[in-house]
Amino acid sequence: MANDKIRNFCIIAHIDHGKSTLADRILEKTETVAIRDMEDQLLDNMDIERERGITIKARAVRLKYTAQDGEDYIFNLIDTPGHVDFNYEVSRSLAACEGAILVVDASQGIEAQTLANTYLAIEHDLEVVPVVNKIDLPSADPERVCSEVENVIGIPAMDAPRISAKMGTNIEAVLEKIVTDIPAPKGDPEKPLKALIFDSYYDSYKGVIIYVRVKEGRVKVGDNIRLMATGAVFNVVEAGFMDATNLVNNGSLEAGEVGYIAASIKSIGDTQVGDTVTNDEFPCDEPLPGYRKVNPMVFSGIYPADGAKYGDLRDALEKLQLNDASLSFEPETSVALGFGFRCGFLGLLHMEIIQERLEREYNLDLITTAPSVIYKVTMTNGEVQYIDNPTNYPDPALIQVAEEPMVKASILAPSDYVGNIMELCQDRRGVFKDMKYLDDTRVELHYELPLNEIVYDFFDVLKSRTKGYASFDYEMMGYVPSKLVKLDILLNGDVVDALSFIIHTDKAYGRARKIAEKLKENIPRQLFEVPIQAAIGGKIIARETVKAVRKDVLAKCYGGDITRKKKLLEKQKEGKKRMRQLGTVEVPQEAFMSVLKLDS
Amino acid sequence: MTLGIYIHVPFCGKKCAYCDFYSVGWTKQRAEDYTEAVLRNIRHYSDKAQTVDTVYFGGGTPSLLTTAQLQSIINEINGSFALDGAAEITIEANPCTLTPQKLSELRSIGVNRLSVGVQSMRDEELRVLGRVHTAERAEQAVLDAAAAGFGNISCDLMIALPDQTAESLRYSIERMTALPVQHISAYILKIEEGTPFDCEEIRGRLPDEETSAELYLEMVRLLEERGFAQYEVSNFAKEGFESRHNCRYWKCLDYLGIGPAAHSCYKGKRFAAERDIDGFIAAPFQKVTVTDEAPCGFEEFAMLRLRLREGLSLCDVGEHRAEIMKKLPPLVKEGYAQTDGERVWLTAKGFLMSNSVIEYLIF
Repeated sequence: MANDKIRNFCIIAHIDHGKSTLADRILEKTETVAIRDMEDQLLDNMDIERERGITIKARAVRLKYTAQDGEDYIFNLIDTPGHVDFNYEVSRSLAACEGAILVVDASQGIEAQTLANTYLAIEHDLEVVPVVNKIDLPSADPERVCSEVENVIGIPAMDAPRISAKMGTNIEAVLEKIVTDIPAPKGDPEKPLKALIFDSYYDSYKGVIIYVRVKEGRVKVGDNIRLMATGAVFNVVEAGFMDATNLVNNGSLEAGEVGYIAASIKSIGDTQVGDTVTNDEFPCDEPLPGYRKVNPMVFSGIYPADGAKYGDLRDALEKLQLNDASLSFEPETSVALGFGFRCGFLGLLHMEIIQERLEREYNLDLITTAPSVIYKVTMTNGEVQYIDNPTNYPDPALIQVAEEPMVKASILAPSDYVGNIMELCQDRRGVFKDMKYLDDTRVELHYELPLNEIVYDFFDVLKSRTKGYASFDYEMMGYVPSKLVKLDILLNGDVVDALSFIIHTDKAYGRARKIAEKLKENIPRQLFEVPIQAAIGGKIIARETVKAVRKDVLAKCYGGDITRKKKLLEKQKEGKKRMRQLGTVEVPQEAFMSVLKLDS
Repeated sequence: MTLGIYIHVPFCGKKCAYCDFYSVGWTKQRAEDYTEAVLRNIRHYSDKAQTVDTVYFGGGTPSLLTTAQLQSIINEINGSFALDGAAEITIEANPCTLTPQKLSELRSIGVNRLSVGVQSMRDEELRVLGRVHTAERAEQAVLDAAAAGFGNISCDLMIALPDQTAESLRYSIERMTALPVQHISAYILKIEEGTPFDCEEIRGRLPDEETSAELYLEMVRLLEERGFAQYEVSNFAKEGFESRHNCRYWKCLDYLGIGPAAHSCYKGKRFAAERDIDGFIAAPFQKVTVTDEAPCGFEEFAMLRLRLREGLSLCDVGEHRAEIMKKLPPLVKEGYAQTDGERVWLTAKGFLMSNSVIEYLIF
């Protein structure tokens, strides 16, 4: 098929604005999926994605469309992750496309994430095709939304298709726009192979399947390919594309096409997203631009609630890592929690997704520690350390300067909530940059915020203070010096390593008091009094006490009937299993989790 | 090894508001049929080589049986087992059923220990509990019993009752200990599900946790002051008057229970008879459910022994000794337990928290 009949595009949309529904309608209209095979939202195939309405991993589907000009076109729909945590993956997916459909909710307008991804698409020279969705809603105001798109993004939008993906209204207009507005791919099939990896996943039969956009040259079954960043060489077993449900091995892919390659690749670590695939015998001169290794930004200790499940947790993490090279983990031991893993995540959502998948798909009961960012510490002897675990935070006397990572945050919300948002950002040590009105009722605020202030519960609190209307996005902006201290929590006089964290001096006192209160609420009264203390260095800055119980229920053993006593004892034994024994103190796992959400 | 026999007599004239033990209404016919069934069962378990040195008629209200019925049961035990001449033979009794006549009859058939359901020496408390007797009636029953020759009398005392104060408890204890009693069983009221006490009105009138704990400690102090040493969580006795039968329960010694809902620990098994008077009467032998095929393992043994003031001998815990020794210091420091290096025992404060202390110590 000639390149001028190919259209490679993705869909950009905020959560719930209808990306997956539109994708489904497109699949349906192009008869890629027989109607009877339609399941709601086919592209998202992980449970969590469906439930949370977000797309985690990119997918690519090939569709055939006969346009009004009578010609047949090949559409490659590349599904992109919607969240900032996967910013890099988004950028690689965008780099595989020539155009992007921007889906905007006709009643809600543009959101922070949409904006960030649209700018990213424009940066990648993509043709952005705005589409106004959900026109069937009573509150829909397509005219206002179109002018918002024009004002805020600066692209023409007045002729954007007004559709309802849910009702199937006006989908043809979108398909025609794809044909007329999005440029056909360029690229010379006779040049040496140059293909961009924009996604990969592990298949237990075929090994790693890599998704590629061929920029130059061609690749066919039997070729030896080289992955340029890692240098690994593999023999191509399959090359083809994916329809809505299957991989279709048609033997080769060439410039302009999007598809998959299977080459008996054992480890997903070899197939870095953003890497360039070339031919081992006739390599290209230089790789495609934009590749970088993704680094975790947020770290947390993950422990099995039941220590005996350590092996299961390791197996589960290994399996998840097969499909998610951005997840890192290494064994870690905590005095309080036993054996577990220090895990690194791209961001908060990524962390939540991994925790949720471990609990749901692998049936594990977990205790997680407070998320930490990476602090940069320059020692008095000039040595630089990167600290992602509070336990390893050096003695303050040996620290010359401590730095923390900052982000540029953008928040979109109805103007009614500006006061609440400013208060929150202020409270989180945010530095106000600017604010602009998108229209009469919506504003965009820009703040610089320390990452460690948003890894806790920022998004939850933001949502609750704006009745769910605010959207939030951020990007990393580097390190700044900061007055950091390590705050320790002591139970009955002993430091509980799993509860230590690093915090800005100004916030330490308030946080310490809140944590002590939360722990008091969540540690049940027991045999011994439990003093709860928060300390910096040796100095106690907050204290609470869980008073000892005075009296148990003394069940009678009348007439030698000890069955009730024994049942009680069995119940206590079961209950004790859910507790962590720290010296004489029994700490329920909820107590560890309660300190993760202090404001809500 | 000797044996104790427990006869559960499930008849009550009136059910008390807090009680969830198995009991049924009394009729003359039922009592006769029941007695026949008890006799059949004793014969069923018959073992002439087995010395029986405690017999306990519990209930219910065993004093609702006629003297002749009680005598036939004692005689049957004597005929089917080797009943020790010095056996402790106890009967629980409602003060109202204890006439001088009945008391002397009980003496004459060999009953030598009396457990009187006094509960409180304040009439208003007794009324709330749904007891039919008054404090004065209870007092008279105990005095009559002593006059009839009973030298081993126990009274039940309940604490943490609705509206009970330290003062009203002290009053009950003073009045009770002024009587010729040698033993006191003192229970903290526990609201059982489904009983009339299981209601907001009563719960709202109960002393709170702190007050209940104080009442218990005050009771222990007052009783000890009056010569009643605490030998078990709920039991107090003058020297030499500890209940030999009840101690079987805490010491993992054998006891055979006969009657509906009676429990046994006998010949290496724990079992319980069905809670069904008609079934008990109709069946050739009582139908039992085994609740434990291998009783008296470490956890159970330790749990039961630690209810006794003499406590747990560290020689009896085998491999668990080191673990127990390691866990002891905070218990001792908090005043929950004491040790002399050979034994571990709980203090009154420890008894109050015995579930938690035992859990801490053995798990």
